[in-house]
Amino acid sequence: MNVNPIILSLILFTPLVGAVVLALLPDRGRIQQWAALIVTLITFGMTLHLPAHFQQAHTTAASAFAFEQNHLWIASPLIHYHLGVDGLSMWLLVLSGLLAPLGVLASWNAITSRKKLFYTLFLLQQVAMLGVFASLDLFLYYAFWELALVPMTILIATFGRTEKRRHAAIKYFLYAFIPSAVMLIAVIWLYVVTGTFDVPRLMALAAAHAIPGSSTAMWLASLAFLLAFAVKVPVFPLHGWLSDAVSEAPTAAVMVLAGKLGLYSIVRFSFGIFPEQSHRIAPLMIALGAIGIVYGACIALVQNDLKKLAAYSTLGHLGFITLGIFTFTVNGLDGGMYQILNHGISGSAMFLMMGFLYERYGTYDMRELGGIAGKFPWLVTMFVLTALSNVGLPMLNSFVGEFLILSGTAGTTLTAHPMLWTTIATTGVIFSAGYLLTMIQRTFYADLGSTTAEKPGWDMCAREHVAMWPLVILFLVMGVASPLFMRALDPIGVHYAGYTVTTESSPIRHSESESYSQTAMPKPGMVSEYASVSDTAQHRAQVLAAVGGAR
Amino acid sequence: MPATLLWLFPLLPFVGFLLNGTVGRKLPRAGVAAIALLFTAIPALLWGYLFVYVKSHDLLQITTASGAWIQTSAFTVRFALTADHLTMIMLGVITCVGFLIHIYSVGYMAHEEGYWRFFAYLNLFMFFMLVLVLAESFLLLFVGWEGVGLASYLLIGFYWQKPSANNAGRKAFVVNRVGDFGFLLAMFLIINHFGSLSFTAVFGAIQQHPELHGGFLTAIALLLIVGAAGKSAQIPLYVWLPDAMEGPTPVSALIHAATMVTAGVYLVARSHVLFDRSPFALGVVAIIGAATAIFAASIGMVQHDIKRVLAYSTISQLGYMFLGCGVAAYSAAVFHLMTHAFFKALLFLAAGSVIHALGGEQDMRVMGGLRKRIPVTFWTMTMGVIAIAGLPPLAGFFSKDEILFQTFSSSNPLHFLLWAVGLITAGMTSFYMFRLWFKTFFGEERFDEAHLGADAHGAHHTAEAGHDEGQATHAHGVHESPWVMLGPLAILAVLSVIGGWVGVPAALGGHNEIEHFLDPVFAVANAPEAATATVSHGVELGLTALSVLVALLGFFFAYIFYYKKPGTLGANADRNPLYKLVANKYYVDEIYGLLIIAPVTVTARVLFAGLVDGGLVDGSGWIAAFLARTASDGTRHMQSGNIRSYAGWLAAGAAIVILLMTYTTLTQHATQAALHLR
Repeated sequence: MNVNPIILSLILFTPLVGAVVLALLPDRGRIQQWAALIVTLITFGMTLHLPAHFQQAHTTAASAFAFEQNHLWIASPLIHYHLGVDGLSMWLLVLSGLLAPLGVLASWNAITSRKKLFYTLFLLQQVAMLGVFASLDLFLYYAFWELALVPMTILIATFGRTEKRRHAAIKYFLYAFIPSAVMLIAVIWLYVVTGTFDVPRLMALAAAHAIPGSSTAMWLASLAFLLAFAVKVPVFPLHGWLSDAVSEAPTAAVMVLAGKLGLYSIVRFSFGIFPEQSHRIAPLMIALGAIGIVYGACIALVQNDLKKLAAYSTLGHLGFITLGIFTFTVNGLDGGMYQILNHGISGSAMFLMMGFLYERYGTYDMRELGGIAGKFPWLVTMFVLTALSNVGLPMLNSFVGEFLILSGTAGTTLTAHPMLWTTIATTGVIFSAGYLLTMIQRTFYADLGSTTAEKPGWDMCAREHVAMWPLVILFLVMGVASPLFMRALDPIGVHYAGYTVTTESSPIRHSESESYSQTAMPKPGMVSEYASVSDTAQHRAQVLAAVGGAR
Repeated sequence: MPATLLWLFPLLPFVGFLLNGTVGRKLPRAGVAAIALLFTAIPALLWGYLFVYVKSHDLLQITTASGAWIQTSAFTVRFALTADHLTMIMLGVITCVGFLIHIYSVGYMAHEEGYWRFFAYLNLFMFFMLVLVLAESFLLLFVGWEGVGLASYLLIGFYWQKPSANNAGRKAFVVNRVGDFGFLLAMFLIINHFGSLSFTAVFGAIQQHPELHGGFLTAIALLLIVGAAGKSAQIPLYVWLPDAMEGPTPVSALIHAATMVTAGVYLVARSHVLFDRSPFALGVVAIIGAATAIFAASIGMVQHDIKRVLAYSTISQLGYMFLGCGVAAYSAAVFHLMTHAFFKALLFLAAGSVIHALGGEQDMRVMGGLRKRIPVTFWTMTMGVIAIAGLPPLAGFFSKDEILFQTFSSSNPLHFLLWAVGLITAGMTSFYMFRLWFKTFFGEERFDEAHLGADAHGAHHTAEAGHDEGQATHAHGVHESPWVMLGPLAILAVLSVIGGWVGVPAALGGHNEIEHFLDPVFAVANAPEAATATVSHGVELGLTALSVLVALLGFFFAYIFYYKKPGTLGANADRNPLYKLVANKYYVDEIYGLLIIAPVTVTARVLFAGLVDGGLVDGSGWIAAFLARTASDGTRHMQSGNIRSYAGWLAAGAAIVILLMTYTTLTQHATQAALHLR
C-alpha cells in the first residue's frame, strides 16, 4: 500500500490519539510511561518512512515539497489542511520523532507524580511540534505554533525543579506569546493582500516579487515574523527567557525547548516569504549570531550550575546557526541547517546526561560534584563524548556544521567585514573547549564533592544506555557520513543562496567532475564565488527594480 | 594493490582502541597489552613493506580516496590518504618509535590502575597521528590535528584524581585550540581563494600561478603558523608543553617529544609551496624558531625536574626545526625531526627508567651516583645525551648542523643573527644535557634509599603519584628496569647513534641520502637554494668545527659546575635577579594569567553575566512583562460580568468590523478602478 499521501497525517494524529488515550488511561503504576513510550516509538517509526521514500515522493510530485496533502478546511477565509515536507522539515520530523521516546525514557524515574498530566502534555507538545514542521498553510502553521506554547508553559510551571518554576513559565510564555501575537497580525495582513495562506504559493509570489504591499508594510511584516522566530530560537539578545526556562524545565521538555522551531521557521517563512528583507537584515543577524557565540560561551565559562551552563552553551550554539543561515551562502545555509539537526542531537544528549546526574545526586551544582570518574566509567565516557560532540571535535557531528557555517561566513558578500565576523565567531572554538572541559573536570575528576561523597550513585543503567546510544551513534554517523543527510538539505541551501548550478541534474551526484575541474582550473573557487556575487548583484537589481515598480 | 593498504595504517590502531576501550576493562593485563601491541606492530611492518615497495618501484606518491565526507554544492571534501616521501619518513618515525614506546609502556605501566584505558588512549593517539600525516587535504589533516590533541588531553589527565594533571590536560587542549583557531581561519581563506582544501588542488593552483606572491598567501601562511606554533609548542603558545609532563612518562616520550609536537613542523613542510611564496611568513617562522630555541634552552638550564628539563629541551629542539623550515631548508628540518624523535624518545624513556628506579622521584637534586646502580639505563641515556648535544658522529650532530649550515647560507637578511642564536643554543643544549647527565648519574647519591618508595608517596613530586602507588608495592631500593623497558631503550640508543648517517653532507664525504629522498617533495623549494652551492666546502667544514667546539664548551662548563665543583653555581644563584627571572620561567604563565585569562573571566562575569544579561536582557524582559501587565489591567475591566457592558463592547466590536469591511471593499474597488483606468 502506498502510504505516501497520508503519512504526514498519520504522523500528526498518532501522538494526538495517544494523548487522548493517555488521558483516559488510569494514572497507576507505570501504565502512563509505557503508553507514552509506545506512542512515541510508533510515531518515530512512521517518521522513518519519510527519508526512506523521500527521493521517490519528491520526484513524482510536481512541487518542491514531498508527501503533500492538500484539503480544503475552511472556505472563508480560505484555509487549507495543507501538509508537506522538504529536506529540512523532513529531517526535523525524524529528529523530533527520535527525541520523543528518549524524552520519555529520561522522564521514566524523574517524574513521579501527576504522570498523566505530564505525558499527555508531552504528547500534545509533540503534536504541535510535528505540526509546525509539516504545515504548508500559514494559518495551520500558526495554530500549531501557538499550540506548542501551551503544553510547554504548563510543563515548566507544574514540573519545574524549584519554586521559581512559575516565574520561569510566565517569563517563557510572555516572551514567546507577545511577538507571536504581533506575527498573527502580519499573517492576516499577508492573507489580506494576497488572498492565500498557502505557503508554496506565497513563496512563489515572493520569488516573483509579486506580493502586493508597500515596502514599509513588507518590512513591518517581515520584522513581525522574524522577531517572533528570533525570540523563540532565541537569538542574542532576545534570550531573556532561556536560562530560567532551561534550569527549571524537566529534561524531556528542555530537550525540545530551544532551537529548531524558531530556526526552521526563519528558514521556511522569513527566507521564503521575505527574501529581500531577509537579505537586507542579514548583516545585523550575522553580527548578532557571532556576538551570541562569544557571549554565550563566555557566560558559560563562569557558571557553577550545570543547567545554566548548558543554557548559555545553547545560546552560543544557536548563534552559530543564526550566523550560518544569514550568510546566504551555500556553505553557510547547508551548515546552518545541518547544525539545527546537530544541535537537536548534541544538545539533547547533554541535557539527558545532566538529567541522569540529577537523578543520582539531586543537584546541578558543580561545586558539590566531582571525583566519580573512576567509579562510573560509562557515565563519564558518555559525558565526555557528549561534551566532545558539543565542542565540535572533527569526525563528530557538530564539526561538519560549524565548519561549513564558518567557511560560509568567510565567503559571504552580505556584510562588509566577513573576516571580522568569522574571526569573532571562530574564537567560539576556544571558549567552548574551555567551558566544556572545565565542566568535565569539575563534575567528574579530582576529589569527591560534598554530594558525590554522600550519595552512592550508580553507573549508567540499561534504560539510560538505551536513551544515549542512538544519540552517540548519530554523533559518529553524522560526523563521518554527512552527505547522507546533506543531500536533502543542499537544494534548499542552493535555492536560498541564489546559487546557480549549471550542471543540469543534482549537484551532489556530479561532485566527481566538479572536483576534477577544481584541480584543473586555476582558482575555481574564486571564479564561482564571483559568479555567485554577480548573481546576487543581479538578483538584487531585479528585486530593487521590482520594488520600485510596485511603488 | 598497496594504495588501499594505506587505510590500514590508521584503521588498525583504531580497532585496537575500540577493543581495549570497550572490553579492555574485563580483560587481563596481558590481553590488553597484546591487543595494543598487535595493532601497532602491524602498521610498523606495513611501513617496512611500503618503504621497500616505494623504493623498488621508484614511486613518488601513493594516493587513495573514498567517497565524500562533507559535500555541498559549493564545496566537497573526501577522505583521501596520500603517502609521498615526506609522509614515508613521518610514517616510519610514528609507527616504529610508537611501537617501541608501546612495548616500553607494558613494563612501565604494569602496576597502574586503568591499564586498559592507557593503552586504549595510546592506540587512539596512533590512529589520529597516522591520519594527520596521511591526510591528503587540510581538513583531514585537521581531523588528525584535533584528534591527537584529544588523545594528548586524555593522557595528560590520565591520573584524573590529581587536580594538577587535570589542569595540565585542559591547558594543553585549550592552548592548542588557540592554535586551531588560526588553522581554521587559514582553511576558510583557502576555501575562499581556491575552493578546495585538497593539497593537490591548492598547491597545484599556486604552482600554476607563479605571479601569486605574498598578499593573501602571507595571510594564510601566518594563520597556519599560529596553528603550528600551538601544536609544536613555539612562542607564544609553548606554555602547555612543560605542564604536559604531568602525564605518564611514555606519553611524554611518544606524544610530547617524538610525534605529536612535530605536527606543526610537518604542517609547515607540507605547505612549503605556500610558504615559499611568502618570504615574510618564512621569516616569521625562522624568527619564532630561533627565539623559541634559545628561550626554552635558557629555561632548561635551571630546571630541577628531570622531565621538565627534557620538556624545555623539546621546545628548544622544535625551535631548531622551525628555524630550518624558516630558511626553506625543509629537508634539514625533517631530518632533525627524525633524529630528534629517536634521541628524545630515548631520553624520555631513559628518564622514565630513572624515575622508575627511584620509585617515582623526578627531582635531580635528590638523584646522583646512579651510573653504577642502573648501568643499562645509564649507557643508553648517555647515547641520547651525546646525540642531542651535537657531538659527532651521533644523530643530532648531523641534523642540527645541517640546519645551522642552511641558516648560515640562506638568503634571509637576518641569517647571521639566526645562525648565531642557533649556535649559542647548541652550546646551551650541550650544557643542560650534560648537567642532567652529571646530576643524575655522577657524584654522590643524594637520595635516601631506605625511604624511596614510601617517600615518593609524599607531597613533593606528585607528578607520578598514581605511579607511585603501584611502585610502592614492589619497589624499595634502586633497581634496574625490566627488559621489556630496556629493550626499547637499547634499540633507540642504536638509532640515536646511527640515525644521522643517512644525512652525512657532501662536505664530510657523505651523500645526504635523506635530502635526495625528500627532493621530489621539496624540489620547488630547493631551486632558489642553489645559492648554497656558493658557500664552499671549506666554510662548511669550518662551521661544523665551530659547532662541535661549542658543544664541547657546553660539556666543559657542565663538567666544571656539576662534577668538579658541584655547588659553586648554586651557591649564589638565588640572589641573582637574572637567575630568578629564568628560574621562574620569565613569569610567562603569570603574565598570561594577568593579561588574558583574568580579563576574560572578569568580562564574562561582570560585563556579560552581570550587566548585560542580568541588566539589559533580563530588564527588557521585565519591561515587556510590565507592559503586558498594564495592558491586561486595562482589558481586565472589560470582563466586568456586567451584561450591559458586554453588550456595549459587542456593539463597538461590530462597528469596527463593519467599518473595516467597508474600508477594504472601498479600497479594493478603488484599486480595481485604477487598474481599469490603466
